Amino acid sequence: MSLEVMSSPDYMRDPRKHHFYPYADNGGTSVAIAGDDFVMIASDTRLSRGFNIFSRDQGKVFGLTPTTMMASSGCWADVLTLNKVLQARLTMYSHEHHDQMSTTAVAQLLSTMLYWRRFFPYYVSNILAGIDEEGKGVVYHYDPVGHMEKLTFSATGASVSQIQPLLDNQIGGLNMLDVQPPKMTKELARQLIHDAFVSAAERDINTGDGILIHTITKDGKTEETVKLRRD
Amino acid sequence: FRNQYDNDVTVWSPQGRLHQVEYAMEAVKQGSATVGVKSSSHAVLVALKRASSELAAHQKKIMPIDKHIAVSISGLTADARVLSRFMRTECLNEHFAHNQALSLNKLMERVGAKMQIATQRYDKRPYGVGLLLAGFDEDGPHIYQTCPSANYYDCQAMAIGARSQSARTYLERHLEEFGSSTREELIRHALRALRDTLPNDVELTNKNCSIAVVGKGEDLSIYDDDDVNPYLEGLDQEERRGGAGGSRDAQPPAAEDDATAGAAASADATAAAPPPPPAAEDQGDSMETD
Repeated sequence: MSLEVMSSPDYMRDPRKHHFYPYADNGGTSVAIAGDDFVMIASDTRLSRGFNIFSRDQGKVFGLTPTTMMASSGCWADVLTLNKVLQARLTMYSHEHHDQMSTTAVAQLLSTMLYWRRFFPYYVSNILAGIDEEGKGVVYHYDPVGHMEKLTFSATGASVSQIQPLLDNQIGGLNMLDVQPPKMTKELARQLIHDAFVSAAERDINTGDGILIHTITKDGKTEETVKLRRD
Repeated sequence: FRNQYDNDVTVWSPQGRLHQVEYAMEAVKQGSATVGVKSSSHAVLVALKRASSELAAHQKKIMPIDKHIAVSISGLTADARVLSRFMRTECLNEHFAHNQALSLNKLMERVGAKMQIATQRYDKRPYGVGLLLAGFDEDGPHIYQTCPSANYYDCQAMAIGARSQSARTYLERHLEEFGSSTREELIRHALRALRDTLPNDVELTNKNCSIAVVGKGEDLSIYDDDDVNPYLEGLDQEERRGGAGGSRDAQPPAAEDDATAGAAASADATAAAPPPPPAAEDQGDSMETD
């Protein structure tokens, strides 16, 4: 390098305009599995940015109604705002309809709310889990602009690439020959969720610290905490 | 017209009165009665639901506003719904922007400001509804009353609507007991006050009565139909005072009244009363008042 270049300041050597980027990736992974009369939804508890950890104890699952919960990860600012606006919409609905929103109604509402911001999206990966009007467990998977799919199991967030194939194989029986997947029970769902997160935490820096597992049935909700590696 | 100063709300009378506002307050007296009362820990509303005919359902009187506020209406139901929607959005905004419940005094300031606009514009009319609000916030339980005049009053207890004077008399008589009442005693007091507004041959039933309760450690509950039964038990056995109320302020409430509603309207008029309204049972007016 010539002497002139070595002696000039950084901003003269690389003169680019500093651009404001409105999104941040705060990590986080979520999984949901539905059964005949229950649904389990879980997320890790790490909030991070790059190589920094913001919190080891930040769950990403939010309760919406007695029969519906949602897990959101991505840009934490957008997660919080989306949740706040959704809660307000749920309250407005119950004032006008004198009843709680059903899971299918919430699912559709979330989709339209996300698409409304099609040209400056909520940088959020969502999974909605709940009990539908027939009492069956149901899972909805979303992309940041509101594409919605009804499923029986799904993963989303930082470790989606590690966890989704595992669930496809173990619950969906995919990519195997002559294997029938077992009937889904709470014990099997819990074990799969536990193992999936432990595996993801091994390979992904953005996933770890702990898991919060929520189970929803028509009779109510329960919660369980599991520790994960903290590195 | 009664005089040449009562056509527009923007015209003062020579006596310094706004007749249109006072006429709006008459609409409140047409609505069926509702009572609010508070103790040191709870605030309660009870309301008499009216059915426009035997075929129709009883009109809802008590509307939830937030987890800590309910409002009971007397007068033009449609106007009440507009105000309720306003109050609900104010409460939602407080949760969204400040992560806290809206305190009652702040809410009343906003409702008062909104209602006042309609008393000072030539292209509007006053809201024809009186509200009783029950709420619980960081300062404890509250009962507030609003009028079409846009005034609002912080009350220990209050009753508004048709024949509500009898209820107010009951409340005045028992005022010292409310502070230390339990939740159940407080509801009972409110129901007794409400019952005093009924004619002798009519009773409180689970069809015509609504109850709202909010208090310390207790989110708002509103009871209708069968949920009201436990609170009404034994009430019709108790003795009544006042019979069909509507007596003038100075007279003792025990005076028997005939069933005409003319007395009800004229009893509490602070202004010179307009011509006697049709009997309270007659729902034939075009304005839906409940």
